[in-house]
Amino acid sequence: MSREFTPKVVTANDLIEGDAIWLTEDDGWTRDIAQAELIEDEAHGQLRLLHALSQHSVAVGAYLAEAQLGEWGPQPVHFREIFRTRGPSNHAHGKQESA
Amino acid sequence: MYHYNDFDTAFVRNRVAQFRAQVGRRIDGSLTEDEFKPLRLMNGLYLQLHAYMLRVAIPYGTLNSRQMHQLAMIADRWDRGYGHFTTRQNIQYNWPKLRDVPDMLEALADVGMHAIQTSGNTIRNVTADHFAGAAADEVADPRPVAELLRQWSTDHPEFQFLPRKFKIAVTGAEADRAVIRAHDIGLRIVERDGAQGFEVIVGGGLGRTPMIGKVITDFLPQADLLPYLEAIVSVWNLIGRRDNKYKARIKITVHEHGIDEIRTLVDARFAELRPAFSGVDQQILAGIEAQFAPPPLRAAPVAPFETAYAKDPVFRSWADTNLTAHRDPQHAIVQISLKAHGATPGDASAEQMRVMADLAERYGHNELRVSHEQNIVLPHVHKADLPLIHAVLQQHGLATANIGLISDIIACPGMDYCALATARSIPIAQEIATRFDELKLEHEIGDLKIKISGCINACGHHHVGHIGILGLDRAGVENYQITLGGDHTQTAALGARTGPGFPAEEIVGAVETIVQTYLDIRSSREETFIETFRRTGMTPFKSALYPDKEAARDAA
Ligand code: HEM
Ligand code: SF4
Repeated sequence: MSREFTPKVVTANDLIEGDAIWLTEDDGWTRDIAQAELIEDEAHGQLRLLHALSQHSVAVGAYLAEAQLGEWGPQPVHFREIFRTRGPSNHAHGKQESA
Repeated sequence: MYHYNDFDTAFVRNRVAQFRAQVGRRIDGSLTEDEFKPLRLMNGLYLQLHAYMLRVAIPYGTLNSRQMHQLAMIADRWDRGYGHFTTRQNIQYNWPKLRDVPDMLEALADVGMHAIQTSGNTIRNVTADHFAGAAADEVADPRPVAELLRQWSTDHPEFQFLPRKFKIAVTGAEADRAVIRAHDIGLRIVERDGAQGFEVIVGGGLGRTPMIGKVITDFLPQADLLPYLEAIVSVWNLIGRRDNKYKARIKITVHEHGIDEIRTLVDARFAELRPAFSGVDQQILAGIEAQFAPPPLRAAPVAPFETAYAKDPVFRSWADTNLTAHRDPQHAIVQISLKAHGATPGDASAEQMRVMADLAERYGHNELRVSHEQNIVLPHVHKADLPLIHAVLQQHGLATANIGLISDIIACPGMDYCALATARSIPIAQEIATRFDELKLEHEIGDLKIKISGCINACGHHHVGHIGILGLDRAGVENYQITLGGDHTQTAALGARTGPGFPAEEIVGAVETIVQTYLDIRSSREETFIETFRRTGMTPFKSALYPDKEAARDAA
């Protein structure tokens, strides 16, 4: 029995900058998870992941991460993914700088 | 101070040029990540949660002022103005851009440094006692041997594809400051009947299956070192498990076969290998030793030190906590704490690096060390210069008097940076240090080592902390498991778990409970935390930490 599919986003690290990026509906990449494509179907998720994995010159280490729909768009669920949208807690570096 | 020879220099330059071309091909799309990843790892470049990370080797933790200045320059120019010194005596840059890494490596090569072989299944950066060549309790300086091992293992054809990575640590003193019992091989220089040799310890390691190393020989004549180590690596290469990455480390081989069987196999292999070593290695060693000649120490009155010590309580507290006996009584070993209360353990700003480099240049024979406890050491300082040094350190947030105390915490980067982490470590370290600073109890508590890792890989050495903390992910929430009774020294021991873990909001309180219990039950002010733990065992700490459980059991 497979468990019920929970919504996902495709995420990776940017090849040059190394920071977290998310796949958008129009096959682009965004640094704001709220702009990402929220995937609600498992088969579609696999297709989107395959697409992301083929984007060698942009994205590194793509994977599906759990997400949920928030007020402004997709939001991370797990604390690791929340940290990836912000940056480290000991210095105000990373994405939180421009937020 | 050791200087690279022409061969090393050409090798490092060559590697930088090669890597520059590889980065170019990765960016223009002719290399895929699968092809590029092993290449970048060989050059110390990792991909972390928020950015790339460049790990630079500092062999046996020794740096000169010029190198420290260059590390500061790199931090300012290509990173975020700071660097992180690690338990492996390396420095990590947390924010490099892929395009800039070849230039960073070039700048390192300019001062004889590199990031080679800090990753992969090879023999890693050899670590040594950070007081090497200075400590009063030393038989001999361990760094020439560490350097010999570096030269021997770098690009040694047989050691490029080992079952797993392999780590060696060397000390020349009875007091173990290099954690040699938690390395694949630990070496201690010993003297017997006027001749120098080694106690050889094998099969230690932390990580998923922590083990304390076992003595394979208590005296190995100096000239037999390389063939003997080659025999150990060769036996492991043959019988070590390649089927399972978690069982491939030599600690598992030693554990599964037993130290006696390993000793027999190593002795047999050693007998085969020994004749091939004609003594060239000993000539090389003698050459290296000459380069580690002790600096010319000056003789001068120590009166300025005594005056400051008598008059200035802040200086006295720092001197009592951060100085260690030098082999020359007029000199001292200075530890500069990178653990200001509330700061990130092991981080130094570029400005702080420059200040330390300048102090070393002016007052410390140009030498700095990185300790595995993530502090910086000035190994040879005349006592008369200490008041001035202390004053300069104070102005740059570097005069925290807490070496060996509860706020001198080892913490790995954890989930603030590390892609493998299961929880954060840095904020836990910051909160504990801040809390005990508020309580003003540190000096009363005395010697107490807290070590924190953000996952089972144990980069923060939590198993050998007096109090060890391991961050885990329990159903999507950060949770912290505590171990007590670990010891990283010559009386090495692995800590034992207290029981169920604690959520992030409760971990500082739990540490406070443990420390309060210790203060309540210690037999005297002289009994350290670890001594108390050894005397009483886990019970009093457990009942203090889990009172409800105890109550439930009593009621049952
Ligand atoms: C942030 C990037 C890092 C990554 C990806 C990483 C990865 C790992 C992994 C996978 C292991 C386990 C290897 C094994 O058991 O075979 C390990 C061990 C170790 N790491 Fe790290 N590490 C990182 C940072 C650090 C830092 C910053 C330090 C020092 C503070 C450090 C010190 C160590 C030590 C001492 C061990 C050996 C533990 C043992 O004896 O097994 N690492 N690391
Ligand atoms: S212990 Fe785990 S979390 Fe910490 S640095 Fe090592 S791999 Fe990362």
